Amino acid sequence: MAHLRSRVALGLARTRDLLLTDVTDLFSGKTALTDDLLDELEDRLLEADLGVDTVMEIRDHLQNDLRAKKASGPDEVIAAMAEVIERILTPGVPPKEIGADLDGRPHVVLFVGVNGSGKTTTIGKLAHAYRSAGKKVIVAAADTYRAAAVDQLVVWAERAGAECVRSHEGADAASVAWDALDAAIAREMDVLLVDTAGRLHTHRGLMGELEKIKRVLAGRLEGAPHETLLVLDATTGQNALVQGEEFSKSVDVTGLILTKLDGTARGGVIVPLARKLDIPVQMVGVGEDLESLMPFDAHEFTAALLKQETA
Amino acid sequence: MFDALTARLSTVLDRLRGRGVLSEENVTEALRDVRRALLEADVNVGVARSFIESVKEQALGSEVGKGVRPGQQMIGIIHSEMIRLLGGEGNSAEVDLSGSPPVILMLLGLQGSGKTTTAAKLAVHFRSGGRKIGLMGLDPYRPAAGEQLRRLAERIDVPVEVARESEDPVDAGVRILSELKAAGSEVILADTAGRQTVDEALMNELASLRQKLNPQETLLVLDAMTGQDAVTTASAFSGRLDCTGAILTKLDGDARGGAALSLRGVTGLPIRYVGIGEDLGALEVFHPDRMAGRILGMGDVVSLVERAAEDAGGAEVLAAEGKRFIEGEFTLEDFREQMRRLRGMGSLQDLVGMLPGQFDRALTGQEIDESSIVALEAMIDSMTPEERRRPSILDGSRRRRIARGSGRSVQEVNALLKQYSMMQKMAKALKGKGRKGQMPFPPMFR
Repeated sequence: MAHLRSRVALGLARTRDLLLTDVTDLFSGKTALTDDLLDELEDRLLEADLGVDTVMEIRDHLQNDLRAKKASGPDEVIAAMAEVIERILTPGVPPKEIGADLDGRPHVVLFVGVNGSGKTTTIGKLAHAYRSAGKKVIVAAADTYRAAAVDQLVVWAERAGAECVRSHEGADAASVAWDALDAAIAREMDVLLVDTAGRLHTHRGLMGELEKIKRVLAGRLEGAPHETLLVLDATTGQNALVQGEEFSKSVDVTGLILTKLDGTARGGVIVPLARKLDIPVQMVGVGEDLESLMPFDAHEFTAALLKQETA
Repeated sequence: MFDALTARLSTVLDRLRGRGVLSEENVTEALRDVRRALLEADVNVGVARSFIESVKEQALGSEVGKGVRPGQQMIGIIHSEMIRLLGGEGNSAEVDLSGSPPVILMLLGLQGSGKTTTAAKLAVHFRSGGRKIGLMGLDPYRPAAGEQLRRLAERIDVPVEVARESEDPVDAGVRILSELKAAGSEVILADTAGRQTVDEALMNELASLRQKLNPQETLLVLDAMTGQDAVTTASAFSGRLDCTGAILTKLDGDARGGAALSLRGVTGLPIRYVGIGEDLGALEVFHPDRMAGRILGMGDVVSLVERAAEDAGGAEVLAAEGKRFIEGEFTLEDFREQMRRLRGMGSLQDLVGMLPGQFDRALTGQEIDESSIVALEAMIDSMTPEERRRPSILDGSRRRRIARGSGRSVQEVNALLKQYSMMQKMAKALKGKGRKGQMPFPPMFR
């Protein structure tokens, strides 16, 4: 796990540098927390995809808190920022642990998200994580729309040592999901991971299809899907908020997975997301190999974002 | 498209519109709101800053022309600045294919930005211009990436070659190039592997690929929903590989416009095409002026008409229909024909986005239900030809029959007829005024 943490830290390096270097620079030779300085700080936070509302909250906090304390050095500012960000990021419900907390047999997880967010890759990684925890895993290739999406999932399933239920391209996604759940029950699987086609949340018909998949799963097994995970690309801007809201409206998302966090300047959008939605960030994807999926930890993430030493 | 930004800007601009005088104070205040709207839309902080400065300078330095209200003038300045930001007036930035064939275009971008799909869309686009296309898949890393391109190519019936498993992408590029050349491809589209970082190994690979293929253009593919940070990354990516243009994808979502507005400013690259749907035909040439119009809620009637004309098989059909409408000879058959065409043109939400603000805003946030159009069609389908031409003969018993036949209620049939007669009245009113334009949007969509 340690190497994954360092990868997150690396992934956030630019965000961190952006914030930290600038914060330090901004303060060079100054002692007062002036409005100009706050403006500058605001810009830096915006560049890190924290979003206007969140940035305003942080700014207000800094203004009130630090001025009250008459503290204004870079260290105090960073500590105050960390406090706000971590508070926002700490979920009311702790995220589920992979391998533990399986609600059903099979435990059914539905994956949803916009095109190119990384659903199929994430399923491969999660299948591997469950396999490593000794669980029997089957994946459903219910992305019957994108060319070769099924083949991509099959490759991941093989790598992870999971079974796979598939149909032909253009098949009805809900019926693939049904068949897969049938197979999962018959073969006494522990976990079923259902891949779906990427869709923009603005296409109502396609969102309806997701709702149908969910209904069909629930019809076959009471309580299924036990989790509905929204996969979000960490490079997305404030649009991630709308994606979160819209997918939640349709299929009642239970958790978020943030992918592609191994890039250069990533993940700032988690903060406004956590602030706006009452959905925990379950996991983050930090690379292209099977092992590169890790649980999200608000404290570590904040520390990495602001380059503090974790205790 | 960009609804949130458009709504925010419209509010600000509406406030200005009424102002008689532009003082430094109200300009500053309005621009503060504009800045916030831009930032909320993910516009790069630096781009937003220089945009605001430039608008402010012009607004305060400009003489208000005779007969122009200051608020209008300000909107004009913002409009033209936005066009400039997006690439400048009239700079429709199609790729130049006039060089000696084969003309090679290389696509690159971050993971999941839509390179493979875009390659197929470009193939469709260029083929409709009469070129022989070849597709080249050079991503041996992502599982089934080559297979995806192959399937898309089969679907659109375009020759394709992809890198073999464990084949070096540069070698593959050279091999496939000579094969496609031999097969007579005039335009070759090269799909490459995506990355998240400016990863040295991949950069070197792409750079030597670029050198070997010697493409006419190297195009950066960018997801329109990309946030501030990633635009910067993409910029580094493009700088390292000397990109010459960009393609924005997934504009059919509700992207906030930030990537579109920042791309040019951050990377200096002209935006050439935009992807606007799941369909492989859903690619448009990018026009800065039209996009600025859409963002500012002025609509993009030009694109709308173009699309309609494409779809109806010619502008004449539309013109003839428009004439019939104005002359009050618009029958329920014409009406149904319009409904069908409308459905064929793409998502209604998308079309509404192209309408000027006064319509768009009236519709924003309201359900635009495609199924209601299906219902309208079903009801008209259930009428006899005579009834469609002369709805006045529709008495109670006919209406009940139509309701039964279409599976709708009599109330719905009545509502349809009421809407139809309203449209006729409006048409007559227009005829009376003797002017075109201002065609009201049918109320059934509200």
